[in-house]
Formats: sequence, structure tokens, C-alpha cells
Amino acid sequence: MAIAEQQSSLQAAHGSGDRSWHGIVLQTLKRNEISLVPYVPDRVLTPLIKNLHADPFFTTFATAREEEAVGIVSGAWMGGRRGAVLMQTSGFATLANVLASLAVPYQIPLIMFVSERGTLGEFNYGQSLVCRTMRPVLDSLALEHHTITRLDELEFIADRSIKQAVTTQAPVALILNPLLTGGKTFDK
Amino acid sequence: MNTAINTRNIKVMNRFDVTSRLVAKLENGEAVIGGIGNTNFDLWAAGHRPQNFYMLGSMGLAFPIALGVALAQPDRRVFALEGDGSLLMQLGALSTIASLKPTNLIMVVMDNGIYQITGAQPTPAASVADIVAIAIGSGLSNSAWAADEEDFERLVEAAMSTAEPSLIAVRIDDKPGVGATRRDPVQIRERFMHGLGVREPL
Repeated sequence: MAIAEQQSSLQAAHGSGDRSWHGIVLQTLKRNEISLVPYVPDRVLTPLIKNLHADPFFTTFATAREEEAVGIVSGAWMGGRRGAVLMQTSGFATLANVLASLAVPYQIPLIMFVSERGTLGEFNYGQSLVCRTMRPVLDSLALEHHTITRLDELEFIADRSIKQAVTTQAPVALILNPLLTGGKTFDK
Repeated sequence: MNTAINTRNIKVMNRFDVTSRLVAKLENGEAVIGGIGNTNFDLWAAGHRPQNFYMLGSMGLAFPIALGVALAQPDRRVFALEGDGSLLMQLGALSTIASLKPTNLIMVVMDNGIYQITGAQPTPAASVADIVAIAIGSGLSNSAWAADEEDFERLVEAAMSTAEPSLIAVRIDDKPGVGATRRDPVQIRERFMHGLGVREPL
């Protein structure tokens, strides 16, 4: 895409008004023609999931397990339709096998959004432990991943990372940190 | 293979034979996803087609991958071949498919009640569960056991002319797969995409 075109499409996304983190994610998905979004839900992801369901551009639905969602978007990509998977940290922890046996060796641009639990105020010890497995698993497969903490960096990181995943045919994990989303706290 | 519930009158068939019968019926570029191990070995042995996808891992994901293909290409029929042991790994996928109601997805379960490839150990479901009952209970009302080879072919034809997802369960013997898929994941994926018309070769 030419720079001028990219600028105008970015402005169009800005024109939609919603500058919340989830509004930016939704517009970035749409701008990159990602229309299939299976998920295993998470409290923090709720506004994004709700707005995806409300937008007829998207086919979005819950799956029973995260690896099932990875299988679905992998099949869809081979069939010519782009997808992304939404999950929580604990869900990512179930994915090592499917990453190593499907997404990476078949060179599938698997786009993952992970709502990060287990840090910055976690109240569940199990969540804090499982969170520590996430980056070592990503690094062990040399997978691209970014932890997004700032609203002003979200669109750049998400948009560029999606384009890189597609053009290099490689998975990417975009980790939505509590500094970006507010996270989940004990009193919620 | 369930012998305790309602499969007593169902013929024990052979995976390669049944797969060959299925492939012989494909005349419209139907996609076929072969699950890990013997299901894709026999799909390979039945004659490579560019619309075939062969899994080399990710046990249990044949139906989810096929669902993704079906959602991407709603005008193309998509078959998935899965073993009973593999399906047990991902039973939730049956409900996902039932809720989405893809009109073009046909699931085939090759049920021998064993993990043939690892040494023929019985699955936990082997003597107690009924795959078709599980599928119906998961919301896939159009699910049936094939009574014999002719019934399997009839069920395939019916599935190809209906507008709801179908599941066909086949009791099979304990024979290993006939062929051995070339384990080249990038080439498998790339040729599959060519076969689906998504890409052109370089």
C-alpha cells in the first residue's frame, strides 16, 4: 500500500471516533481485512468482543478451547480469509503444541491478541504463574511478540505487526498489558 | 469402536477402502482435511489431490481446520477425516460447528476404538461411548453411523446435497494406514492454497 493510501486509511479509522484500546483494535482488524475472530473470552476483552459481535463485518464466536480457534483461523487463511484469535494468558499456555506443529511449520500468519493476566495487580497465584510461561514459549519458537502498554502506540504496533505477519507468513502475539487495558482487579 | 451401545449391526470396514470410496466421489474440487497419522496417510494413499490438506501434528484439529476452510469458501464442500482418538481431544469443536451451522462441512470419523499408531491401546471411549450420540448431543443432529460401505457412499451423497453440517461415523478395523504422507508442511500448505484457488504457483 502506498504511503498516501495508508495515511488516508489511518485517517478514516481515526474518523470513526472510538479511540479506546478496543476501538482501535477493532478498526485495525477491519482495516487489515481480518473478518473472522474466534475467541475464548476474558473479562478485559468483553467490550471488544461485544463490539465485534455488533459489527456485521465480523464473524466472531466463542470456541471451547484456544487451539480450536487457532485451527479455525489457520484453515480460513488457507482458504483465503483472514482471522485473528482473542484469548487470555492462561489460554495462550495451552497453545505450545499447535504453534509448534501447525502455525510455525506450515508458515501460517496466525494473529493472536492476548489479554495479559498475572501481572500488575494479579490476585490469583495460578494466573501469575501461568503468565510467566508465555514469553518463554514465544521466545523458544522465536515468535514475534509485542507487549502493548500505551494507547498511543497501539495502532502502530498492531497495524504493523499484522502486516508483517501476513507478508512474512509468520505468527505474531500482541499482548495487551494492564497498563493499556486497565486489567482485571480484585474488586471487579 | 463401540460394541456396547448401538453399533452391533454395523460392519467393520477399512479406512483406506472407505477413504478411496470417498475420494472417488469428489468431482467438484471438494477440500479434504486429513487428521494426523493414519487418516491422512490413507488420504494420501488414495491419490494426492491439490485440494487435500495433510496434518502433521495438532491432534484433534482436523474439524476446526476444516471449519475455517468452510467459512472462508462457503461455495466449496469441505470434508474432514478424523480418528476417534483425535476427536476425543477436541469434542468441544462439535458444538462450535453445530452453533455456526456451516452448510458445506462434512465430518467423517474413523472409529477403531484404539490409538492404532501408538500400539493399539484402547481409547477411554472405546467400550463406553458412542461417537454419533456424542455428536447428536453436541448439536449435530445430522449425524449417523454408516452401516456398511454402500451405506457410507449413500450418506456421503446425502451430505453433499444437504445444507447443514453432516457427520458420518465409520467403524474400521485395526489396520495401519496404507501410505505415508510426504512430511513437507510448507509444500502441503502451499499446494493446498493453489488447489483452493487462493494463490497461483510462482
